[in-house]
Amino acid sequence: MTTLNTQPNFAMPGQRARRAYTPGDDFYEALIAAHQGLTDAQSELLNARLVLLLANHVGDLGVLREALALARGGVVAAGAAEAGQ
Amino acid sequence: MLSTYSWPRYAYRRAAEWGAATVPSVPLVIVGAGPVGLAAAIDAAQRGQRVIVLDDDNTVSIGSRGVCYAKRTLEILDRLGIGDRVVAKGVTWNVGRTFHGEREVFSFDLLPEAGHQRPGMVNLQQYHLEQYLVERAMALPAIDLRWQHKLISVEPGDDGVRLEIDTADGPYRLRADWLIAADGTRSLVRRQLGLDIEGKVFQDRFLIADILLDSEPLPTTRTERRFWFDPPFHRGESALMHRQADNVWRMDFQLGWEAEPEAERDPERVRARVRAALDSQGLAHLGFELEWLSVYTFQCRRMAKFRHGRVLFVGDSAHQVSPFGARGANSGIQDADNLMWKLQAVIEGTAAETLLDSYDIERGAAADENLLNSTRSTDFMTPKSRAARVLRDAVLSLAAEIPAGRALVNSGRLSVPTLLIDSPLNTPDADAFDGWMVPGAPLDDAPVCTAEGPAWLLPHTGRGFMLLHFGRPDAAVSAALAALVQSTLPLHMLVLLAPGEDAPSGAAWLTDTQGLAASRCDARPGTVYLIRPDQHVAARWRRFDAVAVRAALARASQQPPP
Repeated sequence: MTTLNTQPNFAMPGQRARRAYTPGDDFYEALIAAHQGLTDAQSELLNARLVLLLANHVGDLGVLREALALARGGVVAAGAAEAGQ
Repeated sequence: MLSTYSWPRYAYRRAAEWGAATVPSVPLVIVGAGPVGLAAAIDAAQRGQRVIVLDDDNTVSIGSRGVCYAKRTLEILDRLGIGDRVVAKGVTWNVGRTFHGEREVFSFDLLPEAGHQRPGMVNLQQYHLEQYLVERAMALPAIDLRWQHKLISVEPGDDGVRLEIDTADGPYRLRADWLIAADGTRSLVRRQLGLDIEGKVFQDRFLIADILLDSEPLPTTRTERRFWFDPPFHRGESALMHRQADNVWRMDFQLGWEAEPEAERDPERVRARVRAALDSQGLAHLGFELEWLSVYTFQCRRMAKFRHGRVLFVGDSAHQVSPFGARGANSGIQDADNLMWKLQAVIEGTAAETLLDSYDIERGAAADENLLNSTRSTDFMTPKSRAARVLRDAVLSLAAEIPAGRALVNSGRLSVPTLLIDSPLNTPDADAFDGWMVPGAPLDDAPVCTAEGPAWLLPHTGRGFMLLHFGRPDAAVSAALAALVQSTLPLHMLVLLAPGEDAPSGAAWLTDTQGLAASRCDARPGTVYLIRPDQHVAARWRRFDAVAVRAALARASQQPPP
């Protein structure tokens, strides 16, 4: 059974990166650039569309449920800390 | 304010050319006696060139400037004769730790493998580095170092440059065949030529406080770079803490664009910020004095071309980056390293003048890489929109939980040498090789052994072009190598023996004691590497072939094929 990959995984197939951080930084720059010039509401819509596209690409419901749990876990923990609990 | 350093004063002397009836001609003038100009001057002198260095001041740099000198820079400083002094005085470190709030989210090791003479990074106040370079330059008779000689005008021509220089005795003129502009961010040469430098200004302000602690907080062997996003002592901004020589520490606080520079420079306010940062790290028992403070902004920008005829731009005059990544002084010294062997070859007529265009191509590519990484670090630290901040904070929250999150945290991607993969000087591989010693890469160091005892590989390279032959060559190859070296000047040859092999007769040799040079170069017995005078790989083959070596040498010198 496939499980959620939590190791660094960005790459350009067929190319090797001299610095391990470069493919991840390439993606992050492209992600920020995609938001350029959008209103906050438009940015939220972009993020949501992106989540749905990538979720469909992953497809495996087990992996997606794992990702949902991990993502939500951090949010709830952070919210609780901010509320002083 | 500084208690750990007193500035040397260098004497003004009237120029020999002052008052000359006609404008005297000289081969090479460098403007600016900062680290980059001095590195270029020393390199020129070591390569047999006479050089005049002009500087409008009479001492080394004042205040907080460059701190971190990377492994590749240290290797260049070794070649320039001051590597040992810099490493002995400086603070060696390899590990950087990044925190978000109170949690550590990421750490890196700049030198994860053994078998290199120099560490990933040495921290040293820039004035120490400059002083060592000045002292080295003063020991070289070919360098004429002129303090308080202020360049006031530059008039470029097809075969040289006319300069007017102001001094206490009044102005004088020079005509230089070649001019190197190492005169910094506000380069007068650049402005005199009417050239632009374009890029991004970042809307953020930062405070630097260099502090002297009254006792050692940590053993020097555990020195590390510490970077915080949103630390408890400086909420909502970033901060950085770094050890320098003499227990002076660099602290850098992000202030935001709205900060008032005047108010932020108030020493009481700075002391309170420093105190809070120390207390929060369990260092409340340590007292400190302020050595230096400044509030700064920065830009990420470069000139479109670094060569303009007989004028060559190096360092900050050509390109400027943010300080996060230590890519300023390091890239400037690598500019000098790249340029000076080419200029020597052009002046001596062993290469075509177009070789200097490869300086622009190669160091332009390096500047682009430095600007890209520096801009990305800055964008991560200073998100420009709500969406960017949400994503950045999401990365930091994931970083505490999974490796994939940590890999995206960007608190500065530290200076590493650019692989000049697309350089026109490279001969593309015809044989298959693994690893990263590709044409264009700077040669990796390795522990070796000479007849006298243990040594390092890199100091045996760098005088001119060098052919590195792995394994003991047989009689036929030995004769062919010797014939090639005799007929092709300047070319040096070095045999790199496998452990246990007998020394060859009539050829320079080293033993690759741990086999690390061979494994880093993916070399087998008979493999040959052609190394440039700046220690970058120009070409490599599985078998020695004199015709191929001659062609690669011609290509790397921009001469017509033999």
